[in-house]
Amino acid sequence: MLVIRRCEEQLAKSHAAGLIHGACHTYVGEEAIATGVCAHLRREDAVFSTHRGHGHALAKGVPPQELIAELYGRVTGCSRGRGGSMHLFSPEVGMMGTSGIVGPCILQAAGAGYSFKLLKKDNVGVAFFGDGAANNGAFHEGINLATIWQLPVLFVCENNLYATEVPFAAAAANPNVGDRGPAYGLPGVIVDGNDVLAVYAAAGEAVQRARRGEGPTLIECKTYRTRAHSEGMRDAGYRTQTEVDAWKARDPIMQHRQRLLDQTIATEQELVALEQEVEAQIEEAAQFAKNSAWPDPATATRYIFSEASHA
Amino acid sequence: MREISFIDATREALTAAMTADPTIFVVGEGIGKRGGNFNTTVGLYDKFGPERLRDTPISERGFVGMCTGAAMTGTRPVVDFMFFDFILDALGEMINQIAKIQYMSSGRLIMPLLLRGCIGIGNSAATHHSGSYYPIFAHIPGFRVVLPSTPYEAKGLFTTALRSPDPVLFLEHRALIFNKGPVPEEEYTIPFGQARIAREGRHATVVALASMVPKTLEVCARLEAEGVSIEVIDPRTIAPLDIDTVLQSVHKTGRLLIVDETFQPCGIGAEIAAQVTDQGFDDLDAPIRRVNGVHTPTPYSPPLEAAVVPNTDGIERAIRDLLAE
Repeated sequence: MLVIRRCEEQLAKSHAAGLIHGACHTYVGEEAIATGVCAHLRREDAVFSTHRGHGHALAKGVPPQELIAELYGRVTGCSRGRGGSMHLFSPEVGMMGTSGIVGPCILQAAGAGYSFKLLKKDNVGVAFFGDGAANNGAFHEGINLATIWQLPVLFVCENNLYATEVPFAAAAANPNVGDRGPAYGLPGVIVDGNDVLAVYAAAGEAVQRARRGEGPTLIECKTYRTRAHSEGMRDAGYRTQTEVDAWKARDPIMQHRQRLLDQTIATEQELVALEQEVEAQIEEAAQFAKNSAWPDPATATRYIFSEASHA
Repeated sequence: MREISFIDATREALTAAMTADPTIFVVGEGIGKRGGNFNTTVGLYDKFGPERLRDTPISERGFVGMCTGAAMTGTRPVVDFMFFDFILDALGEMINQIAKIQYMSSGRLIMPLLLRGCIGIGNSAATHHSGSYYPIFAHIPGFRVVLPSTPYEAKGLFTTALRSPDPVLFLEHRALIFNKGPVPEEEYTIPFGQARIAREGRHATVVALASMVPKTLEVCARLEAEGVSIEVIDPRTIAPLDIDTVLQSVHKTGRLLIVDETFQPCGIGAEIAAQVTDQGFDDLDAPIRRVNGVHTPTPYSPPLEAAVVPNTDGIERAIRDLLAE
């Protein structure tokens, strides 16, 4: 969670400094979800995500320097500079892509589930998507396909209450995406998306079910993004400061930090040391990105087709 | 050599590939036990079972997007669209995802996905069961677009498609799929981007696509009796497009006609004409001409339908006009 938070803060700063050339949708406030889900995943499990995907990439194992370098447009980035914030690919660690289009990740995660089932592997496909995607046709089609064929998939809806700036209340009559599960014939679970242990518990059960061949699960995580939809965008006119402050008071990292202290799992000194370590790691990652080379313009058309097909 | 139909040829290629490669599976509506609306999968369900011959709900976007994820994770999906018109419901998945994932991942993912469907005007299919649309896909970087015209090409190109690491659109014209022709029993491939000279000639070059190949050959046989010698080129794939074979032919004949059922504006004929003008201008003795289907939705009633598709008389007239230039 801390790595994601510091990385996002670094990216927000970098955006303001002009080091990021395109969009930058941060995951600040939602870190518990990627962390709680990905803690159960193996390298070969396949994650598909959205435009707000930095946290998913990091939690799945993309090193911070590769994420930052990608947003800086450098050749050392996880997509070698061809993707940017919304197109993060790192198949080596099972990060199968984030997308600037809302919805396809739901279908693609079902497809990974189809592969794993056909190949008789006990891996799982995971789709992370927002409340906005829940009202897209891909949600209906993908969840239906995964359920009728009992595919090993987790559908993780991060309901942060706004699709860009349109409130979920204006986009769906039922406030709970999780309630839709039984209508499709799969379990629909609703959890506090700001509580990393609640997410961890729900995801653990869903991953085990999927690995056992018992089919997909829909998990709705109630959460909130505390920064603007996208860095540099006007963050006003659709939500109140009171609402933002109320959610900031429920910050997932702050809450978990307090729990670790209350339950004497960690001491203040240990946590401070950890925070400093992460701080240094991200600073170093940003420095690496800044010092990295630009991609060679002569390679702009490379990889449209597989290089194997030219052989 | 024994003769089999175009569809039987693709099914032979599919059966051999599925036997050799356990990662291949087929999805579509009625392609399981039923064997497909056009017999594309007859007998395969009993051989390979329901996971590899997967009947789907009518969820074109859903199963195309699903197959995208499958292709990224170690399997080789074949999407059987029945009618290619239905692919339009999945256009976003195709153009935004399938065509771009190899690029976005900087070549670390492959996209071995075959999308097949019946194209073409005829049988009063009307406007939602007769679309072809292939120039749209040739316009987008990332697709292989295949248009076989005979059973022989169908088998060889289908086998190539089932080994391709790139997404392939395999388009089967309704006027061709039940045609029979000689097809070797053994497996063979035909490379993408290699046109076939369907007929050699000296006076003019005609590039014809899909069902326009047999129509053009029929016209050329008639003209031969008058001593008119036409060269006919079947590109077989429009992405990649083998422009070199066209240029070499135009170098010899000095005249070019392109015959294509799809629309003229911004079409594949316009692209071929532009490339030949660009690279072979000095070889041209006459303006490049095109014969296309009429730029309109497909009508239903037989006389209206016949009025919008290029026919042999129209092709013959266009050739005679070109020779008179």
